[in-house]
Amino acid sequence: MSSDPLVVIVGAGPAGMAAARTLVEGGLRPLVLEKGPTPGGRLWQRPATVDFERRLPGHDPDRAERGVSDFLGIVDRIDWYPGTTVLDATRDRLWALGSDGVIDQTPWDALLVATGALDRVVPLPGWTLAGVYTLGGAQAALKVHGCAVGRRVAFLGTGPLLWLAAAQHLAAGAEVALVADTSHRLGALPALPDLLSDPQRLALGLACFRIVRRAGVPIRLGVRAAIVEGNETVRAISVESRGGRRHFTCDAVAMGFGLVPQTQLLDLLDVPFDLVPTSGLWLPRTDRSGRTPVPRVYAAGDGARVLGGDAARLSGERAALAILEDLGRPTDPERVARLERELARQERFARGLARAFPFPAELEARTDDDTVVCRCEGVTAGAIASAVRTFGRHDVNAVKALTRCGMGRCQGRLCGPAAARIAARAAGVPLGEAGRLRAQPPIEPLPARARCMVTEPNG
Amino acid sequence: MNGARSRLRTEVAIVGGGLVGCSTALHLARRRVPCVLLEAERCGAHASGVNYGGVRQQGRALAELPLAGRARRIWGRLERLVGGDGEFRATGHLRLARDEAEAAALEGWIREAARYGVHGELLSREALRARFPWLGEGFAAGSFSADDGQANPRLVAPLFARAARSEGATILEGRTVVAIERAPPGFVLRAEPELELEARVLVNAAGAWGTRIARLLGEELPSEPIAPNMLVSEPLPFRIEPNLGMAGPGIYLRQVPDGSVIFGGGRGTVDLERRRCRPSFATSLATIGEACRVVPELARASIIRTWAGIEGRTPDDLPIIGPSPRMAGLFHAFGFSGHGFMLAPAVGAVLAELILDGHSATSLAGLEPARFAPGSAAAA
Repeated sequence: MSSDPLVVIVGAGPAGMAAARTLVEGGLRPLVLEKGPTPGGRLWQRPATVDFERRLPGHDPDRAERGVSDFLGIVDRIDWYPGTTVLDATRDRLWALGSDGVIDQTPWDALLVATGALDRVVPLPGWTLAGVYTLGGAQAALKVHGCAVGRRVAFLGTGPLLWLAAAQHLAAGAEVALVADTSHRLGALPALPDLLSDPQRLALGLACFRIVRRAGVPIRLGVRAAIVEGNETVRAISVESRGGRRHFTCDAVAMGFGLVPQTQLLDLLDVPFDLVPTSGLWLPRTDRSGRTPVPRVYAAGDGARVLGGDAARLSGERAALAILEDLGRPTDPERVARLERELARQERFARGLARAFPFPAELEARTDDDTVVCRCEGVTAGAIASAVRTFGRHDVNAVKALTRCGMGRCQGRLCGPAAARIAARAAGVPLGEAGRLRAQPPIEPLPARARCMVTEPNG
Repeated sequence: MNGARSRLRTEVAIVGGGLVGCSTALHLARRRVPCVLLEAERCGAHASGVNYGGVRQQGRALAELPLAGRARRIWGRLERLVGGDGEFRATGHLRLARDEAEAAALEGWIREAARYGVHGELLSREALRARFPWLGEGFAAGSFSADDGQANPRLVAPLFARAARSEGATILEGRTVVAIERAPPGFVLRAEPELELEARVLVNAAGAWGTRIARLLGEELPSEPIAPNMLVSEPLPFRIEPNLGMAGPGIYLRQVPDGSVIFGGGRGTVDLERRRCRPSFATSLATIGEACRVVPELARASIIRTWAGIEGRTPDDLPIIGPSPRMAGLFHAFGFSGHGFMLAPAVGAVLAELILDGHSATSLAGLEPARFAPGSAAAA
């Protein structure tokens, strides 16, 4: 038993949970590290005391309950560490901070990264005011704490989460001031064939749109510019679309332009990244099986490619089978083929979404000089453009060194893609030449007082 | 682009776009000497651009003091030299002794350094506590050098590169030197991609790759690659004015005006072939522990980033600077062993003098390549 290889799963959302179960079925005892206190990830985040949860569109409490209890049913057959934050990893060991404030060093034989995704934000005038949240943040406030982020919330962004979050707020009885989408209605048409590959999700999306419309909420499509107004706190949002510019009074804004996979751990493990031109994001190189070019490193779920919760579950299972295959354990080829077929369908749906809700590159590139791009360090778009011109450097890591953009607590998670776009534009080069901010350990802030149980000399 | 190899001719070829290479290019260009600098990646990509940022004379080997003294004078007028603010501040440097033996060493250094015009003020245990109340317990003595300070390497390295360019130096980035031939009276360098460079004088300022560049000409000058391991905390309100170091082995630490504490100690890992390095988490943890003993309030903060930078270290921890003992027209300046940032502005000035005037008023005794040449008196 002690000779069994140690498979470590980072993240216990849908992908990580499915992978853990598959590995257990395959006769292994994986080590599962989860940053949150409970399994389920963002998708199956459960309200503690919320009475309206059954009314929320796109939220299936029974399914979430089943998913989580299914996982909890196998915790005696895995090594389960909730409240554990991975800080760094090399090819043979991984460092994590436990909920007890102790840092542990874990050797690993195979590593599955299922770290999920965060909202993508675009720096806009006023986005740093108190009262501006991400869509995910607003959704979590609603689902977990049973409250809205404001009395009158304006929703700005693009993608299914924009409409889902707005619809959920309405269903919960919150007031929605506006839903402003940078995508055009017409853009959805060519996407329709791909979107029909998952009629259920398409139906949910349309239902959310209907909920918003029936509630009489102002809707703006094809939004070209937006300004959050206020003095310290949000007082209004002004959006510009074909119908002109208009102000909407609100005291909170929930904003999100799709999701960004959290890839820092894969980056630290030297997994190569490729630029996706349509979204302007650099994504880790993986294949449908979840294998990366780095031996023994696998990726699944939205942390690798944003395909949604169902795909996360499928890709977690598929990656676990890849791990079993690579360890020389028997796997069922038909099961592998079925998973890959279903994943292909999810990829098709995701292509449709990307087409219907394209990332508004123009909104990001046209950021005016005074707009703060790096919230942690207070670096403006103008400072980035000026450093690019003064030093003739457009690599976003050079921009970081020159301006401090991306040097704060979030380590460029929020501002990295926008900083690259602004640098490329200032230099007049294609976006790819600005590169991407490299991850540096620790992945999350490391409390200096954290104790370490390791006594061996420096590595 | 056509496939033909482009061929350039210049007076001085410089290999390496770190601070030393860029400083040499700047000083040559200011004297209107044509020079071409070849950098394999980007100027300041390694230790030059990501080092700790200490600017101190205190605690240096005596052989470095003439150079360090000259460098300090340049630091004082750096903004005028490079046309931008490298955030140099003369905050003083405080060197701490843990025990009586280290305290005696501090005292000895102060006495010796005085002969070079460098001043240090010896502080008792009590004086330390009164003057630096944020300091942890357990220091037997300290030595304070008011003239020393700190600067921001992330700005200083690109400023030197930019200044050298604007003075007329040619800086070619993304060119890796793969072969060098002696072609009397000068040299022919072959770089990838697609470049041949002919020069009368050659400066090897290739940092951690300096040993390899020397070897291309059959010259054996020892150095090993190292990657000093560094960390930065989130901003903290308290104020640590001086740059801190230890009399013995240990950490170094400074706080920048935005409140972040930058500190380092120990090593990360280096892969010279891939030109990559990486901070070591184990080293970082050990360094955090030690830093919290020096500045206990640091324990309240979180560490938000760690990094390392590739650098060359010689067997005697002293840089290799000066003319080749065997080959006229060849100059070396590498192997700064983790303390070259402060010296670099002067190294370029001295090399320019050696190349153009044949001599410099600044002594390089004890630093010259000859000390490693087989059979030479200095090597014995």
